[in-house]
Amino acid sequence: MATEEHSEGGLVFHPLDQFIVKPLFGDGPVHWYTPTNVTLWMGLAILAIIAIFVLGSRGRATIPTRMQSIGELIYGFIYKMVEDVTGKDGVKYFPYIMTLFVFILFANYLALLPMSYSATSMIAVTAVMGFGVFIAVTVLGFVLNGPAFLGLFWMKDAPAILRPIIAVIEVISYFVRPVSHSIRLAGNIMAGHAVIKVFAGFAALTIVSPVAILGITAIYGLEVLVAGIQAYVFTILTCVYLKDALHPAH
Amino acid sequence: MATETTEHAVGACVDGGGTAIGMPQLCADWMPNQIFWLVVSLIVIYFIMSRIALPRIGAVLAERSGTITNDLAAAEELKLKAVEAEAAYEKALADARSEAAKIVAEAGSEIQAELDAELAKADAEISAQTAESEKAIAEIRDSAAANVKDVAKDVTKALVAAMGGKADAKSVNAAVTAKMKG
Repeated sequence: MATEEHSEGGLVFHPLDQFIVKPLFGDGPVHWYTPTNVTLWMGLAILAIIAIFVLGSRGRATIPTRMQSIGELIYGFIYKMVEDVTGKDGVKYFPYIMTLFVFILFANYLALLPMSYSATSMIAVTAVMGFGVFIAVTVLGFVLNGPAFLGLFWMKDAPAILRPIIAVIEVISYFVRPVSHSIRLAGNIMAGHAVIKVFAGFAALTIVSPVAILGITAIYGLEVLVAGIQAYVFTILTCVYLKDALHPAH
Repeated sequence: MATETTEHAVGACVDGGGTAIGMPQLCADWMPNQIFWLVVSLIVIYFIMSRIALPRIGAVLAERSGTITNDLAAAEELKLKAVEAEAAYEKALADARSEAAKIVAEAGSEIQAELDAELAKADAEISAQTAESEKAIAEIRDSAAANVKDVAKDVTKALVAAMGGKADAKSVNAAVTAKMKG
């Protein structure tokens, strides 16, 4: 960091530098296939998932080991969520929802390690998931229900005059869903990590460094909550959207 | 893509000092990379989950709930058996009680019968002896009456003779007999 030398003694804030995508090997340009730090941390998430869900359940024990019961707990939690929100016929989409949940959960928590890279803070990553869910749910809705899927926008309970207006609002909110769905996750993770970095910048000042370190600790604790909650929120919203596709009638 | 070749990977999003220009999240140069690796990761995770992890965990959970159900059923069965055993015990106890009562009753009636028989025998003996005694008494009384008759005839004959009468035995006897009948 040669250029930072000139600002010695002053405060250096580059809170967003942690999100720079770098090639893992060499300094070449970042092509779409280049293994980068994104690749590394997504790969680590996959390894962690394998460790808990595959290696942990290796024994298939009736009385579970600790690792196995973590896997079972997550399985039961998401399974129940899918079943409760979407109903019995939504259970066949459980593997897809489980995939999204464990990916987000593990990427979020791995991003909390110092020097790590937060893949879920990248809008491109969350947008692919958000729009993926949106497109999948919309296609599924039309395939399963045909034109009746449009009944989602037509409130039969509302007074007749209000129905067209509500329909317009419903359509707009429907198309905003993937945007809010993906920005919610990326924004939360990015903001938390950037705030930690800003506090870390203040820690360079001797006078405020105790406060800054306390601040980092507090924000870190908050981020631990956020990492889990955002994974949960993303997943339950996916379930809610899926329910709309399966049962469009209000 | 790389317009400059410095020691850093420089593109549209990083300046010469390795600092991000704007938000790295919005750098279009990096998006294909993230999207590609995200899709790869999701596909890998999906296959791990749907092929290995989820069926295995689902099977374990199903097996566990099956085991629990079986254990509960077995416990229920054992409970039924215990209830049955208790009923059998109660029945055996009641049987034993009634058997005992029967035996007591039988013994009582046997004793009663024996007693009755003994009593009847004793009664019969007593009545036989009574009859014998009565017979003996009657004989004694008869013989006494006969003696009295003889004595009366003799006394009458003697009295008649002493009075000076001539008494033939026949008429005296008849008179005494008639008198004694009266």
